[in-house]
Amino acid sequence: MAKIIYVDHEGTERAIEATNGESVMETAIKNSIPGIDADCGGACACATCHVYVDDAFMEKVGKPEDMEQSMLDFAENVQENSRLSCQISVSDELDGLRVTTPESQH
Amino acid sequence: MDLSSSKSIVIIGGGQAAAQACASLRLFGFEGDITLIGEEAALPYQRPPLSKAYMKGELAEERLYFKPEAWYQDQNIDTVLSVRATKIDRSAQTVELEHGGTVSYDALIIATGSRPRALPVEGADLDGVFDLRDLADVERIRPRMIAGQKLVIVGAGYIGLEAAAVARQMGLEVTVLEMEERVLARVTSPVMSEFFEAEHTRQGASIRTGARLASLGGADGKVTTAVLADGSELAADMVLVGIGILPNVELAEEAGITCANGIVTDRDARTDDPRVFAAGDCAARPLVHYGRNGRLESVHNAIEQGKLAAAAIMGKPRPPEDCPWFWSDQYDLKLQIAGLSQDYDETVVRGDIEARKFAVFYLQNGKLIAVDAINSPPEFLASKKLIMTGARLAPETLSDTSQSMKEIAAAAV
Ligand SMILES: Cc1cc2nc3c(=O)[nH]c(=O)nc-3n(C[C@H](O)[C@H](O)[C@H](O)COP(=O)(O)OP(=O)(O)OC[C@H]3O[C@@H](n4cnc5c(N)ncnc54)[C@H](O)[C@@H]3O)c2cc1C
Ligand code: FES
Repeated sequence: MAKIIYVDHEGTERAIEATNGESVMETAIKNSIPGIDADCGGACACATCHVYVDDAFMEKVGKPEDMEQSMLDFAENVQENSRLSCQISVSDELDGLRVTTPESQH
Repeated sequence: MDLSSSKSIVIIGGGQAAAQACASLRLFGFEGDITLIGEEAALPYQRPPLSKAYMKGELAEERLYFKPEAWYQDQNIDTVLSVRATKIDRSAQTVELEHGGTVSYDALIIATGSRPRALPVEGADLDGVFDLRDLADVERIRPRMIAGQKLVIVGAGYIGLEAAAVARQMGLEVTVLEMEERVLARVTSPVMSEFFEAEHTRQGASIRTGARLASLGGADGKVTTAVLADGSELAADMVLVGIGILPNVELAEEAGITCANGIVTDRDARTDDPRVFAAGDCAARPLVHYGRNGRLESVHNAIEQGKLAAAAIMGKPRPPEDCPWFWSDQYDLKLQIAGLSQDYDETVVRGDIEARKFAVFYLQNGKLIAVDAINSPPEFLASKKLIMTGARLAPETLSDTSQSMKEIAAAAV
């Protein structure tokens, strides 16, 4: 179990107890976190699950793989700390992870 | 017709479009009753993994569901499962249910999806012959996915080829039978067909194009052979059928709602009855970027029409109508498709087919109308936008890999 903190574009925080092995995207969708569409359901095919990872967790979360990176290059408002949340798998390591969701995925 | 003060909204069907409609209705502020009537026992779930990770046993069942059961309770959505809707009475504004009882609606969303086309040959009802559409189908198939077993797949569409890839990766002996002269004949260009055929062959599947299945033979009620029209026979422990789908339009048709290869809707997913909407595989909608109507079979389409219907009911501005898109995963190949390629007059290849990282662009009178991108997200994502703007692109620009897709998109008019 790990606690994930979702911060929406207005700064509102929601802390969710996430299940290990599920993705940061799935946890968000099951808990109706706003700002994530995740149209492809985690297939790394749609780039509508873009989030910003808190700097303190950048290392633990790791670098995106090639496919994800090239999808991210085309997302709106990409930053250094951008990730596709369907590609981040929840584990004990990530307890306390903060991610910010954009206003919209388009 | 303003339906935003509706007290009761009924959704027939419990799939992708229905789940989206539920979520969007609540998001758009609907506070009345929502009743979802689903024939399957399961809450709405994702179908794409059924022929991919879930079939392979790499994804737990609970990860297929869009929302947990608690969400439907929290959102006060009444899910009536394992129950078929049998009739729509438009003058009484009710839906009749299979085991008796009716539900009244102020607005109705038909999201009945589609069903597999039945295999029109003798022996199709033998044990070991399966469709690949529902969770229940995969529950029957999975225990038989054993290395060394002989699997015959009828139909080389996306679902058939995805199943072939999974089965090969699990060590089954796989033969794919396709009536047409090439795989994916109805949905892609010869270049792509050739690529996928070579890939499956390299992975050890036997792809037999121009092969018509004549009948299935069995012993003790179990399938054992596939007999082709030329008289040849193949041993089979299991047969998967993937020869296309038929839209579930009968309820609408019997209620007098206009259907033409799908329940006909306007841009707001509204049928010719202003209180009745249709969304997903069952609907034929205006394809705004193509100037015609059509029925799409994709996740994107189901999500978008679910949103369109909810927005129209709640009197919200029409959500964006995106360029149609689709994906397919086979082995380590990710195919991403943007647009509809049917009416192309020219194809352009960009990238390296040998390196399994390339895209085929489809042009019509110089205008980009679609792309099939293999392990190439930039080509897919850039094209999605270019198609919507009606961009004209020179073939020599598209194929020039010294320019990035970002640069090409920025220069496009
Ligand atoms: C194996 C497989 C793999 C796929 N892979 C991809 C992919 O990679 N990418 C992609 O974009 N798309 C893919 N698709 C297509 C995509 O899943 C469908 O387009 C999408 O599910 C359509 O959603 P829908 O809500 O219209 O219909 P469905 O999801 O089919 O839902 C319709 C539901 O309505 C129920 N129903 C029907 N009639 C009645 C009735 N009278 N009363 C009550 N309930 C009824 C049905 O039982 C069903 O549960 C795939 C489909 C399959 C089967
Ligand atoms: S959910 Fe589609 S890319 Fe993450």
